Amino acid sequence: MRGSGRTYWRLLVAGFRRQSTYRLAALGGLVANATFGFLKVAILFAAVRAAGGELEGYDVGAISAYIWVSQAMLGSVNLNGRTDLAERIRTGDVAVDFLRPVDVQGAFVATEVGRSLFAFLPRGLPTLAIGVLVVGVPLPDHAWALPLGLVSLLLAVTISATTVYLLATSGFWIVETRGLQILYMVLSGFLAGLFIPIWFFPEWLAVLASATPFPAMLMYPTDVLSGRVDGSGALMHVLVQVGWLLATVAAGQWLTRAGRRRLEVQGG
Amino acid sequence: MSRTDTAPGLAARSAPYRAVIASRVSSQRSHRTSFRVDLLSSLLVGLVELAEVAVLYLQVERIGGLDLAAALLVFAIADVGFSVADMVVGHCDNIPTYVRAGTLDVFYLRPQPLLLQLMTSDLQLRRIARAAVGVVALVVALGLTDPPFTVRTVALLVVALVSATLCFAAMFVWAGGVQFFLIDGAETTNAFVYGGRYAATQPATVWGRPLLVVFGFFFPMAFTAYLPVVTLLDLDGGQQLGLPGWIGWTAPLAALWAWALAAVSWRLGVRHYQGGGG
Repeated sequence: MRGSGRTYWRLLVAGFRRQSTYRLAALGGLVANATFGFLKVAILFAAVRAAGGELEGYDVGAISAYIWVSQAMLGSVNLNGRTDLAERIRTGDVAVDFLRPVDVQGAFVATEVGRSLFAFLPRGLPTLAIGVLVVGVPLPDHAWALPLGLVSLLLAVTISATTVYLLATSGFWIVETRGLQILYMVLSGFLAGLFIPIWFFPEWLAVLASATPFPAMLMYPTDVLSGRVDGSGALMHVLVQVGWLLATVAAGQWLTRAGRRRLEVQGG
Repeated sequence: MSRTDTAPGLAARSAPYRAVIASRVSSQRSHRTSFRVDLLSSLLVGLVELAEVAVLYLQVERIGGLDLAAALLVFAIADVGFSVADMVVGHCDNIPTYVRAGTLDVFYLRPQPLLLQLMTSDLQLRRIARAAVGVVALVVALGLTDPPFTVRTVALLVVALVSATLCFAAMFVWAGGVQFFLIDGAETTNAFVYGGRYAATQPATVWGRPLLVVFGFFFPMAFTAYLPVVTLLDLDGGQQLGLPGWIGWTAPLAALWAWALAAVSWRLGVRHYQGGGG
């Protein structure tokens, strides 16, 4: 039995509202995002200027857009790998989730996306506003970079949710997933292009990063929104994101079914 | 208490801490697979942080007066200092969790200082792997920058490493004190503790005035690694900031200032705590 689209929409709204109760946490996140933003501006602006005003296709304006769009997205994409679901799988509470008439993966993703979307209000948009007002962020050259960028953004937060879902379901096979979670946290930020655009990487490392879903969570939407790629390049980014979304959803469905058979609940 | 009491008393008084630390060590070593994954993750944390610096300096000749070798040296000193501080006092980060769960009250009941108990409550051996990356980077960077092997060089390095460790430890304790007030807003302090770590690997010459005030002086991150390296390698970064060439030697003063901040914050935080009730 599966829930209807309406059910998942309600879960998404619930996730959105749940996040709205943590106001102080959102403020803390904003302070952290902005501080890191200013430090990134200092070092990356200096790097672009040292390279003679352009580095791998980024001038000062483009690097500013990269910094502030990616900082604004930080509260909305899960790059630390921590989920409530991992804990529910470890304790066996997930057995209750399997009894509900909704798809476990669908419910998880809907709630996560709801939380992510809320985070744009107190964290994302103010971070971007600080960047625009204090440092200056140029508008993209083409008007349609904005709608396409928003699609890319929505895809990014969804891919982030479907990917951490994969991480959480590994708990069906290994009891202690904390080591994997730390591994995820370390690699995701770096390969997503959080501190340095992946286009600055040496060739082999950039290829390696592109073979993971992480750039689809941060680098691609940042490129599209900032207008660094346009036309077919931007469309290509979005298509790659759609590919990662489908792949992670399919893998999640398969892991859920396999994991459900593995699930051992210690009763008593 | 007279002086004669304290000398023989020290071994006896530290006995509980030694017992606790020994039990942490043996408990972490007993889950071997989990411990190995943890070690690997920590090693990777160090490598990724190294890569974040290296990738940028491979792209351009110099940033803010540092070339790759000098930047590596700055990274190494900051990273060794941060890793050791993180290992010893990093779990001050858990204070909001303890406060929310009410488990902090247990610490208050025991007749030992709160900070010492927290320090020994969760000593993570895996963080040694991270410090190892910093140590290797330090050796390589020293080989590349090739400062003269003199008493001055060795002394300055020791001063820098000790001060950096003390500075970062002070940051964790400062944040711990503030967290008694913030609880849910704990991420605010991350901006300065982890932001500070990030800032410590940068040349201070690229900062504007606000960043210089915050990470140059108030939280003396520039003094942990960058300024000692400027003095060690005789770079002109100090002059650009209007500071004398010997500024790197003043790192211990920065550590002292950081600990003054930490002490005030910690005292206020511990007094503010009202208990979990129940």
